[in-house]
Amino acid sequence: MAQASTASAPTDMRSAGRERSNIDIFTYDEKIVRYFVYATVLWGFIGMAVGALIALQLPWPAANLGEYLSFGRLRPVHTNAVIFAFAGNSIFAAIYYSTQRLCKARMFSDWMSKFHFWGWQAIIVSAAITLPLGYTTSKEYAELEWPIDIAIAVVWIVFAINFFGTLYKRREKHLYVALWFYIATIVTVAVLHVGNSLALPASMLKSYPIYAGVQDALVQWWYGHNAVAFFLTTPFLGLMYYFMPKAAERPVFSYRLSIVHFWSLVFIYIWAGPHHLQYTSLPEWAGTLGMLFSVMLWMPSWGGMINGLFTLRGAWHKLRDSVVLKMFVIGITFYGMSTFEGPLLSIKSVNALSHYTDWTIGHVHSGALGWNGFMTFGMIYWLLPRLWRTELWSQKLANAHFWTGTIGILLYVLAMYNSGITQGLMWRAFDEAGNLMYPEFIETVVQVIPMYWVRLIGGLLYLGGVVMMMANMYMTIRSAPDELPDPAFAAPRQPMNYGHGDGSGDGTSEQAPEPAPARARTASESDPVPTEADDTPATKKASLPGSRKAEGPGTKKAEGPGPKKAEGPGTKKAQLPGSKKAKGPDASDDADDDDNEDDAS
Amino acid sequence: MGRFIKSNGMHRTLEGWPLVFTVLTTLSILVGGLVEFLPLVLVNNSVDRIETVEPWTPLELEGRDIYIAEGCNTCHSQQVRPFRHEIERYGQNGGGYSKAGETVYERPFLWGSKRTGPDLAREGLLRPQALWHVRHMEDPRSTSKGSIMPPYPHLLEKKIDFDGLTAKLRTLKRLGTPYAEETIENAATIARTQAKAIATEVEEQGGPTDLEDKKIMALVAYLQSLGTDVAAASDAGPSDAGPSDAGSAESDVTADASK
Ligand code: HEM
Ligand code: HEM
Repeated sequence: MAQASTASAPTDMRSAGRERSNIDIFTYDEKIVRYFVYATVLWGFIGMAVGALIALQLPWPAANLGEYLSFGRLRPVHTNAVIFAFAGNSIFAAIYYSTQRLCKARMFSDWMSKFHFWGWQAIIVSAAITLPLGYTTSKEYAELEWPIDIAIAVVWIVFAINFFGTLYKRREKHLYVALWFYIATIVTVAVLHVGNSLALPASMLKSYPIYAGVQDALVQWWYGHNAVAFFLTTPFLGLMYYFMPKAAERPVFSYRLSIVHFWSLVFIYIWAGPHHLQYTSLPEWAGTLGMLFSVMLWMPSWGGMINGLFTLRGAWHKLRDSVVLKMFVIGITFYGMSTFEGPLLSIKSVNALSHYTDWTIGHVHSGALGWNGFMTFGMIYWLLPRLWRTELWSQKLANAHFWTGTIGILLYVLAMYNSGITQGLMWRAFDEAGNLMYPEFIETVVQVIPMYWVRLIGGLLYLGGVVMMMANMYMTIRSAPDELPDPAFAAPRQPMNYGHGDGSGDGTSEQAPEPAPARARTASESDPVPTEADDTPATKKASLPGSRKAEGPGTKKAEGPGPKKAEGPGTKKAQLPGSKKAKGPDASDDADDDDNEDDAS
Repeated sequence: MGRFIKSNGMHRTLEGWPLVFTVLTTLSILVGGLVEFLPLVLVNNSVDRIETVEPWTPLELEGRDIYIAEGCNTCHSQQVRPFRHEIERYGQNGGGYSKAGETVYERPFLWGSKRTGPDLAREGLLRPQALWHVRHMEDPRSTSKGSIMPPYPHLLEKKIDFDGLTAKLRTLKRLGTPYAEETIENAATIARTQAKAIATEVEEQGGPTDLEDKKIMALVAYLQSLGTDVAAASDAGPSDAGPSDAGSAESDVTADASK
């Protein structure tokens, strides 16, 4: 449906393109982002509904609905659905939306984008079928059996090619901090997934891991902890770095802090896995190492929080009117809380109490509901009007979502702290004669059941918030224009192929023209971290005739780097972006432009 | 450092080189994992063996796979930590706390992360009776008042896939579990014999009949086996202290008791 209109936008722009031969015109693939947003919301609802069901099964076992829908089989359905389907689709939406803008380039391949989308959904569906049937490896967050594991690897590789291909053909020299986090995510998840899933099949849906016992435990929690780190943390930090400044209309607080906290985070996180195995048969040194690095992790984690929250410096009043910012602020605050709590839990003496109890569950959901959930909701409320080019249907409903969700999280988390600490204390209590105070385990179970009900109420409130968002989304999309052409953008043609210059190491020749664009940026933003790589106003204008827009972001820069760099290694590279783009709707224009460019240089 | 991170510093240059950036990121994430994993591979295998720990029988293995398929591990841990209260609660009858050496055949490990129900690492020592398990699995509240565990009546109805066992054992053998070729070939028969014995035990204890080819037999066999090989080791040896890490664990016990 977008086809016809996509074609028309570039037609308008063609004239503009001809006039200014050093301007490149291109479109962003927004359809794929809309798809990922749909999937996020749909799976979020399903995953959390299953969460509510298992939350009901705990205090009320009659809710175990037969063999396939009992707690043990549904719990992994819940975790997989919320992590890989809800959070997963959410970060893909964020990555596909922001990467194109930060690179000023359409995704490398539309075909790969589609393959990624549908492949991922197929994996989720197969998980939703196989897990209730009892096909599971039992390894947390890696329950899927080997054929699905292979499918995940394939889809992830295609995603990686698509992403790095986009970096390769980018029109913006420097990678913005959000992209660093995406890079770390893509690389690390691949390494973790392959490393932890190595297994020998015994049949089509049963396999045994190549690691045994203690080694298996270590590898699993190397994976498990870093699934948290590189699936639920780094991509969401990338999301934060892109959408928070957008929503606040401020540059990121500190560029230096971004650098320091990025590198320390990716380096330190990997070491922390053994904190899931304190006091087990894992050698003690490993647990100690895990504890030390977990405590160190507190600093870079709060670096991220500070950079996110302080982006609002001097603009806190904007919170009042922006549900997006409210969501982000609560999300980042919960990130700060769970990354303070995490190091605490990894300390041996605390872990001795908390491990195996509901305290862990409370910790998980303060991160998951607060950080992952609210960052996702904030992003969706920000994207809805932009992707569907209309107004959000109801701000009031969005605000109601915010409050219901927040109260839901608080109930959930407080109930779990309460029951977790109760369990921990009851398990270890001795009476005066030196016997266990509660020798029957069941006593400790019955004690926390009221808290399970409170958790259920909290979960239902949170889920209710999601339903409000769905209603809001439905009504918003109903008022969207029938056709949503991909927005067209213009940027100065880059005589240097940045992607190509990569490993060349000729830093000197590249540095020369460098200050120019950097200064341009500092001048407009008063901060070294670029937030203007994507021009929000331009997005809005996209439905207007293209010719006008071409002057927007284009002209400004065209004077900057364009002419100066033209003498460089221009010729070689000018051909590359052109030929690759030939698939796009604007192929012919580009071809023309490329010729011109070659002549010029 | 300052040169590196200032607004037009070296990091700025790095941001222009995605390939280098990606390589550096990859290196930084590899270090920690390798440092922690390699010593385990190099050292672990030799040290912690416990003589009496043997691979599961074919039926127990099947039971373990049922345990996994039902997701029992989502609520039950199998790891007794070296605290006085845990040893008291779970480590009776010679079980003690969990040791590395008893897990050498665990593929996958099943230590769990949540104790919604009690730990099961020593279940075979604490509840050896077959009938109790049959009743408990069929309807947990019939044996444990107030329990919130789901019922598993289908385990008393569905049949064990005896014929799949040979392939499973062979796979494990390839990974290093020392199954004799004879056991692998005759896995189904061996399992049937053991299931029959348990079914007889259940009948003698006054339980239901006709369970000898049902999944519940495999699960019961597995549950009955938990912890027994370790207890055998402590019977054989002079003390029930763990092999190499006994010292540190002991101090944990006292530290914990003094709280
Ligand atoms: C309506 C909202 C939700 C409800 C009612 C809910 C409920 C639950 C329940 C009852 C459990 C099992 C706890 C236990 O075994 O004792 C659980 C586990 C879990 N949930 Fe949720 N959940 C919700 C949302 C989420 C979201 C949004 C995420 C992630 C993005 C998430 C991630 C997890 C994880 C990772 C676990 C496993 C924790 C562990 O193994 O320690 N949940 N949830
Ligand atoms: C500095 C950051 C963090 C550290 C050091 C940390 C540390 C920990 C520790 C010590 C545990 C308990 C292990 C146990 O006793 O079994 C844990 C569990 C967990 N944490 Fe964190 N945490 C951090 C941040 C987060 C965040 C932001 C999230 C979610 C988005 C999260 C999700 C989880 C999950 C899902 C588990 C449960 C794993 C399981 O047992 O199944 N953590 N974390």
